[in-house]
Amino acid sequence: MEYFLELFMGGLTRGSIYALIALGYTMVYGIIELINFAHGEIYMIGAFTGLIVAGLLTMLGFPGPAILVIAIVCAIIWAAAYGFTIEKMAYKPLRNAPRLSPLISAIGMSIFLQNYVMLAQTSDFLPFPELIPHFAFIDNMGSILSSAELVIILATVASCVGLTLFIKFTKLGKAMRATAQNRKMAMLVGVNVDMVISATFIIGSSLAAVGGVLIASHIGQINYYIGFIAGIKAFTAAVLGGIGSLPGAMLGGLVLGLTEAFATGYVSSDYEDVFAFLLLVLILIFRPSGIMGREKTQKV
Amino acid sequence: MRVKLSLIALCFVLAAMLAACGGEAKKDEKKDAKADVETGEVAAPTKIVLGVAGAHSGDLASYGLPSANAAKLVAKKINAAGGVNGAMVEVVPQDDQCKPELATNVATKLLSDGVKIVLGHICSGATKAALPIYVDGKIVVMSPSATNPPLTQSGEYPNFFRTIAPDDAQAALEVAFAKSLGLKKIAIIHDKGDYGKGFASFCQQFIDADPEIEVVLFEGVTPGAVDYSAVVQKIKSSGAEGVIFGGYHPEASKIVTGMRKKDMNIPFMSDDGVKDDTFIKVAGKYAEGVYATGPMDFSSNPLYTEAVEAHRAEFGSDPGPFFPEAYSAALALLNAVKVAGGTDYNKLIDALHSSYVDTPVGKIKFDAKGDAEGVGFAVYQVKDGKYMEVK
Repeated sequence: MEYFLELFMGGLTRGSIYALIALGYTMVYGIIELINFAHGEIYMIGAFTGLIVAGLLTMLGFPGPAILVIAIVCAIIWAAAYGFTIEKMAYKPLRNAPRLSPLISAIGMSIFLQNYVMLAQTSDFLPFPELIPHFAFIDNMGSILSSAELVIILATVASCVGLTLFIKFTKLGKAMRATAQNRKMAMLVGVNVDMVISATFIIGSSLAAVGGVLIASHIGQINYYIGFIAGIKAFTAAVLGGIGSLPGAMLGGLVLGLTEAFATGYVSSDYEDVFAFLLLVLILIFRPSGIMGREKTQKV
Repeated sequence: MRVKLSLIALCFVLAAMLAACGGEAKKDEKKDAKADVETGEVAAPTKIVLGVAGAHSGDLASYGLPSANAAKLVAKKINAAGGVNGAMVEVVPQDDQCKPELATNVATKLLSDGVKIVLGHICSGATKAALPIYVDGKIVVMSPSATNPPLTQSGEYPNFFRTIAPDDAQAALEVAFAKSLGLKKIAIIHDKGDYGKGFASFCQQFIDADPEIEVVLFEGVTPGAVDYSAVVQKIKSSGAEGVIFGGYHPEASKIVTGMRKKDMNIPFMSDDGVKDDTFIKVAGKYAEGVYATGPMDFSSNPLYTEAVEAHRAEFGSDPGPFFPEAYSAALALLNAVKVAGGTDYNKLIDALHSSYVDTPVGKIKFDAKGDAEGVGFAVYQVKDGKYMEVK
């Protein structure tokens, strides 16, 4: 039972990270039907920003929790700026082009950002400081759930609740939903579609940056390539949950994380990815639109 | 047209090569004859031919040329000191480009030239292809770089020796060290790569062969995965008393960090992919106490520094890979000729097995299988942010 719980909590942590990144994929897809393959790189850039800021603040002698908060805030601002710029540079000029063009542009952006960070920083792995203090908050339970894992899970839950409330109750959220339903119609009733799309990229990038800093602090190392694998996994999670649906991305992330954890724990870590992608294939066979995805009614 | 041109070029090259070989052979004959006339002796050889086989051209030349340079330096040094039992050493390089089919040609050529000692080959595949010819021709062969374990361990090649430790030596040392720590249950984790998994499999074989110690977990992790918490939990629930990891430092540091954060303070041992300062930098305080095997450090050996200085003086550059091993092999072969008092096959082999020789890789002789004793790996441990050799 303890083993099961340990695996469950490990899977939950991993799933939370996938979910945080998957939200960005799913939001962008929901609004402009584009798979933003550069999203994983935004997560990586968030982590790098966190590293640089944390290094600076440690040098200036800030206390631990303050470093964590300021690093996350800076990572959010910087990653959001990148997300915003990428959309303006790589996707906006192609908004009316055939759907393949922005996809290629996204892949190009992803490779560009990877190489840019590699050249600007280094291709080596860099140590990331432990920003979340390590302590056992329940006696003898440190092996089941560590403080860092708890913070990651809580941050994800808070982000998701916040995002859902934002979409439901704010004016911008309403505009986003309208744009997602029908961009042209939204434009006609006075929604500033460009602003909505920029906002989507900014929110998605911010969430990815939070994930980047938290997981980097948890595992203690980053390099320019971490965004690629995390991005692929998060994209899988988004598709698994039903791309375009916010609760779907959450659920997809958690399901993927738990599947990997249990496959490792009860079968073998050799088969971690095999089971993860087998699950994806199975879901797509039986529910082509994902777990929470809705079948799209053909527009006449 | 292009095909024709290249054909013509090829013909020229072939013709040039043939001419060169022929010329050399003739010259040798003449020299021999002259020497015989002058000294009046027929039995005592006036020169020792040291064949150097390996990749001297092609994309692996950077591995083979340092050996040829090493042989030349050793020959020069020994000749300056009066040769081996009065006979001058002559180095004859032969290029196999690390290709097995060329290696057999090289072996046949050396055999027909009457060469008795060969330094080479460089690559394990080429060595394996050439060895049967050397066995039949009773030629003693010593490789500075072929690490494939069966070359010595199969027992098929009593004439084969090497001055580098075989691939499995590191695993053997790792397992022996784990045993010396008093560990009984070992979890082996690898990164699924050729190097990491190969090392892990050798560790598993050695542990399986030993009744006192057992493998409780053998698994591969996916390099680059977001975290390894599930694997860490699995190590914990397997009841392992120590972890052996085969692979490189990014995965090792993630796993060891995960283990230490979950309060698992069991020994973590790894290979020379982890015996790297980057590992300490990335794993930070969690690197403390980690063991890793790695090649022995020759830099404090005066013979090694002397060989490197000689290379700089002669060729104007730092030596390339396998240079100390090749230098040592040349010394060992020529020392064996000296001890055996000639190039008699059985006497040479006896001499290699029994007499010690001082070389850049230490004072060595060869074990019953042909591996140099005492060459190879050492265990290091991270102490205060540095790898220190465990004595």
